[in-house]
Amino acid sequence: TVWIRFILIQNRAGKTRLAKWYMQFDDDEKQKLIEEVHAVVTVRDAKHTNFVEFRNFKIIYRRYAGLYFCICVDVTDNNLAYLEGIHNFVEVLNEYFHNVCELDLVFNFYKVYTVVDEMFLAGEIRETSQTKVLKQLLMLQSLE
Amino acid sequence: MPAPIRLRELIRTIRTARTQAEEREMIQKECAAIRSSFREEDNTYRCRNVAKLLYMHMLGYPAHFGQLECLKLIASQKFTDKRIGYLGAMLLLDERQDVHLLMTNCIKNDLNHSTQYVQGLALCTLGCMGSSEMCRDLAGEVEKLLKTSNSYLRKKAALCAVHVIRKVPELMEMFLPATKNLLSEKNHGVLHTSVVLLTEMCERSPDMLLHFRKLVPQLVRILKNLIMSGYSPEHDVSGISDPFLQVRILRLLRILGRSDDDSSEAMNDILAQVATNTETSKNVGNAILYETVLTIMDIKSESGLRVLAINILGRFLLNNDKNIRYVALTSLLKTVQTDHNAVQRHRSTIVDCLKDLDVSIKRRAMELSFALVNGNNIRGMMKELLYFLDSCDPEFKADCASGVFLAAEKYAPSKRWHIDTIMRVLTTAGSYVRDDSVPNLIQLITNSVEMHAYTVQRLYKALLDDISQQPLVQVSSWCIGEYGDLLVSGQCEEEEPIQVTEDEVLDVLEGLLVSNLSTPVTRGYSLTAIMKLSTRFSSINRIKKVVSIYGSSIDVELQQRAVEYNALFKKYDHMRPALLERMPIMEKTASNVHTMFFGGYVWYYFFTLNCAFLSLAIPPMTAYSKNGLKIEFTFERANPNPNIAVITIHATNTTEADMTEFVFQAAVPKVSHDLSVTFVLEWPSQSPDLNPIENLWRELKVRVAQQQPQNITALEEICMEEWAKIPATVCENFVKTYRKCLTSVIDNIYRNFWTIKRT
Repeated sequence: TVWIRFILIQNRAGKTRLAKWYMQFDDDEKQKLIEEVHAVVTVRDAKHTNFVEFRNFKIIYRRYAGLYFCICVDVTDNNLAYLEGIHNFVEVLNEYFHNVCELDLVFNFYKVYTVVDEMFLAGEIRETSQTKVLKQLLMLQSLE
Repeated sequence: MPAPIRLRELIRTIRTARTQAEEREMIQKECAAIRSSFREEDNTYRCRNVAKLLYMHMLGYPAHFGQLECLKLIASQKFTDKRIGYLGAMLLLDERQDVHLLMTNCIKNDLNHSTQYVQGLALCTLGCMGSSEMCRDLAGEVEKLLKTSNSYLRKKAALCAVHVIRKVPELMEMFLPATKNLLSEKNHGVLHTSVVLLTEMCERSPDMLLHFRKLVPQLVRILKNLIMSGYSPEHDVSGISDPFLQVRILRLLRILGRSDDDSSEAMNDILAQVATNTETSKNVGNAILYETVLTIMDIKSESGLRVLAINILGRFLLNNDKNIRYVALTSLLKTVQTDHNAVQRHRSTIVDCLKDLDVSIKRRAMELSFALVNGNNIRGMMKELLYFLDSCDPEFKADCASGVFLAAEKYAPSKRWHIDTIMRVLTTAGSYVRDDSVPNLIQLITNSVEMHAYTVQRLYKALLDDISQQPLVQVSSWCIGEYGDLLVSGQCEEEEPIQVTEDEVLDVLEGLLVSNLSTPVTRGYSLTAIMKLSTRFSSINRIKKVVSIYGSSIDVELQQRAVEYNALFKKYDHMRPALLERMPIMEKTASNVHTMFFGGYVWYYFFTLNCAFLSLAIPPMTAYSKNGLKIEFTFERANPNPNIAVITIHATNTTEADMTEFVFQAAVPKVSHDLSVTFVLEWPSQSPDLNPIENLWRELKVRVAQQQPQNITALEEICMEEWAKIPATVCENFVKTYRKCLTSVIDNIYRNFWTIKRT
């Protein structure tokens, strides 16, 4: 069966802004994966595709300003669909934080996880309607 | 105790650090403060402290001392506490630690909480990191929530169930009743996650698959509604209604339709409809089209549909977006065997992709191109591929060269074209050609009898230009060695024969021997080539001189060869012509020629073994016959592996007396001269020692060892003692058994054999 193994948001320098794992890894393994993904993705430029083979999987990634959004999926999964998934997620972040920038993700890191958890679960896309997600996020915010 | 600093403030402070060391110091200070706060069991600030800890964890610092605190937060009644607690659990705990089991009860309670957002948190956490044990304990709660009317919870429950099933497949059955009405949901989110759940169940269990096949019509209807429905603002992406749901439904249809004719037929129409009606100007439309193509190719679709799918891929290849070109090439590569003709139609577009800038696109285009080469398009395709070989990155050259050789072998329109193509590869990408290409090429050349003169001439001319590419040089040397006579006699028919003298040829070959660019293997080839020319050229003296000079070469392999060639001149001149004569046509299976040198302390020997000859049988050879001792060699091909040559030695004693001190030695050098050959010599075991005195020494050793001498003096004393103690009967015994010993040695040698394996 195919599903998302992990989602990463990293900046160009290699700092992790979000790491959501849907598969069991040790802390060491996680660190190694983060470094490897960073190495593999930052070396690519506009003339490369947004897909890169990674170990037994593949990474679908997109760069937004200084941040790389990476999703690691099975080799047989639909690349183009995940590109849409990433974009959907980024648009929600943008809306939620009102023109999101990296600092928003830094100072509100736990909220970013909330957004991820509203849109993905168990390595699958869960809610794709931006309006619905934003409504839910605002509700959650009001509970604080 | 002052209140712990706020999260924001901590983040701000840490960001002011100018060095890694400074940052580490701040972190340590804060961790210490947090630790003491934890020790005080402070409920008010626990949430804040854990949040800070999580931030530091994200920066890469250890935070495991906060694990239990997360559990306490989860157990709290405040939503903010729970939220950070669950986040902490997901970040800091993993199922390999027993600590996480403590969560189970909390999660159970929260799954039954009155607030849906708390229930949501619990479902989310369980669905992300629940271990098998937790899943077993809580599956029932998840199943209950799957049946609730609250769509927010139902979505989460469905995916949580997916996780449970992944962890504990046996629990799948439990969720079956709840799936009954999932597809009649109107809520897209629930529909989406339900399709995911159904997909997971069908993929894992053939029984479930059979059970859910009946849902195909319903899925088709849902898909149809999605396509036909008007604008739906909630799920619209660039004018397409809920593309994510469409993709998931297509995938489920794929799984249900695989290897089932009826289901496949039921979906034919909708697939065609999606394929033709989907807007392709943006990536989102293409994502759906791509999934459609994958489905069409996987189910039992009718041929018209398959052609439609391949044409979609062909259109993808023309798209400006390289991502789309990439996925098209990947899919075409998978279908090129089954739908060869349909893919052929897009050949020129595929070949154009060889010029793409993205490396992974180039690679796929190359593989696909080779898959599409056939007898009809070989000339045109090869032109493009050779051009690609010229200009591509080094990482491709080896594969491309091998691909060209293979294609040329299969489809060459003429022998001349074949040899020209090989020449082109050797001259343009010669250093990247694989090692095994050299013997294959040699075989090809040998078997193209009528092209010998042309080939040797072209290769000779190539050598004059460039001697740096070893595979080219090796093949050329070999050729010149074999067909040098054709070269100097100017017999070429295919093109204008060149004028070249024997001395000029020998100059070139000797030049290879001394050049720094030549590898040891290449030098071996050159020397052997020079040697072979001794039977084809008249300037034997020059050749003799070269060979004798290299008899003292520092390179051991070269030296050995030269010595043996020298011996060939001196003692075995009568065998020389036969040994060095032209190679016969080789069978396709036996592609290597070995030259084996064999020496023993009684005689020197060499012979050439050609695998092709083995079937014609090399006649047995008497190696030694003197004073009643006769040694004979017989040769055959091993069964079942014809690549192994079996040489059996028969030793017979025709005298009255016993033969003592019979010791057989074989010196088989590691020969990797001509063509990647190594030898493995296996001496038969169980050959008893042939000198009786050895038995006596052994006896003494055993006795002395039993006494365990502690130093040299003691050793000497004990030796003398034990020696004197050995009774005469022991010695008598050794003598008595000697004849038997000798017979069995000779038998062993007779029966056993050396296995010489070519690798």
